[in-house]
Amino acid sequence: MVEISDLHFAYDKRAILKGINMSLQKGKLIAIMGSSGCGKTTLLRHIGGVLKPTKGYVKISGQVIHELDQHNLYAMRRKMGMLFQFGALFTDMSVFDNVAFQMREHTTLPEELIHDLVLMKLHAVGLRGTQKLMPSELSGGMARRVALARTVALDPMLIMYDEPFAGLDPISLRVVGDLIRRLNDALGATSVVVTHDVQESLKIVDYVYFMENGTIAAEGTPEEIRASDKAFVRQFVHGEIDGPVPFHYPGGDYRQELNLSV
Amino acid sequence: MPFTHTLQVIGHRTIDAVWRIGLATRFFALTLMYSGTSFRRFHLIIKELFSTGVMSLIIIIVAGLFVGMVLGLQGYETLQRYGSESALGVMVALGLVRELGPVVAALLFASRAGSAMTAEIGLMKATEQISAMEMMAVNPIARIVAPRFWAGVISMPLLAAMFSAVGVFGGYFVGVIQIGVDEGSFWSQMQAAVDFREDILNGVLKSFVFGTVVTVIALFEGFDAPPTAEGVSGATTRTVVTSSLAILMLDFVLTAIMFRGN
Repeated sequence: MVEISDLHFAYDKRAILKGINMSLQKGKLIAIMGSSGCGKTTLLRHIGGVLKPTKGYVKISGQVIHELDQHNLYAMRRKMGMLFQFGALFTDMSVFDNVAFQMREHTTLPEELIHDLVLMKLHAVGLRGTQKLMPSELSGGMARRVALARTVALDPMLIMYDEPFAGLDPISLRVVGDLIRRLNDALGATSVVVTHDVQESLKIVDYVYFMENGTIAAEGTPEEIRASDKAFVRQFVHGEIDGPVPFHYPGGDYRQELNLSV
Repeated sequence: MPFTHTLQVIGHRTIDAVWRIGLATRFFALTLMYSGTSFRRFHLIIKELFSTGVMSLIIIIVAGLFVGMVLGLQGYETLQRYGSESALGVMVALGLVRELGPVVAALLFASRAGSAMTAEIGLMKATEQISAMEMMAVNPIARIVAPRFWAGVISMPLLAAMFSAVGVFGGYFVGVIQIGVDEGSFWSQMQAAVDFREDILNGVLKSFVFGTVVTVIALFEGFDAPPTAEGVSGATTRTVVTSSLAILMLDFVLTAIMFRGN
């Protein structure tokens, strides 16, 4: 379904991705984990065709994404869905209009049918009752679920989630995690979840890639990740303060900076 | 050294300014290119006409009334020295239709609607709404920018006309009702002296140009704003400052072309 081969990317001369190889199978739910700034979101933007790689490629259904012209890229994006970190709901539209947005833009379905489809999507995330509310009237967890309904509005074959668990309370976190798994299975889609939340994502995903400094540091099933003896994976999974990812940002000599005599 | 440094700073700022003018021109061309959707789905423009045009009505009407009243007072004060107070109607009407109507209405439009457009689009960018739209294969220039652009271009001449009409009434109220200038000569001299093509059409043309310039500046600044609170506030300030200066400079140029030799 998605093939990523030797993907390199740099902002100016600062390398962000340094040779990523991945293969995302149809129907699977895959997590990409790693500390902040390791290149996870940049990788997601390459899959969505927002950024162009300096070397290598992302192929979806046999098509190299960065070689598509705007028309074909938009055609490809109609088969994708992306959930942004804080939902990115359109603030000038009601919940109903947000979910109906893509249906109205990309289809010629009659309004009665759109009405029924939107209610079905909202019902699937448990928020049918919020259809008349504006995004500003929703809690963070509810906004994320409405955004999820909007993401799957046109039944995409590839769904991307950028930090779907960020800033959620434990109940909302479980609800969103459960919905991601159920929607993926119901649609027979492929899902990629970029996340920090190790414990929640290990419960729901089929396969995990660990990124560190622009490369894949480890990969495996959730069981393999939990049992891994790699220092980086252990530090991340158990949330240890110090390890291969150091607590201190590199700096000058501490004593010298405090003007202490030796 | 300080001299070379100053030269460098001037050079950098000049290159930066030329870049921005180039980007804004490209943005304007893209807006025109992607305007088809707005006209096919005219309700998108009508929605924006409400927020830019109708919501600016109060400030335009109140300002127009007071400017007209001041013109009435000042005009009477000057004209009665030469025994020409019967020409008060002509003075108020020409002052408003040729100059104050288009210019003051455009300045108010830039502060009221232009700043709102920049802030709205800047915040849409900061909250990833524009990225979300792109990921849904919907062109944000066609869907967000073009309807707002045409709403601005359509509403500006109407607002300027409203400003002038209310201003004439303000002048009538002070001159005729309060001071006692002859009502017949107030209206008849105005009717005889104000030329439809020379005065009214040129005034409408001015406000059309101002509407285009203010709306393009406001939309470009919003679209180009760094996605932070500081970035959006800076862009909003730039919209008001740049549009106001552009209106006053263009007014001089247009006046020089339109009324030369009259």
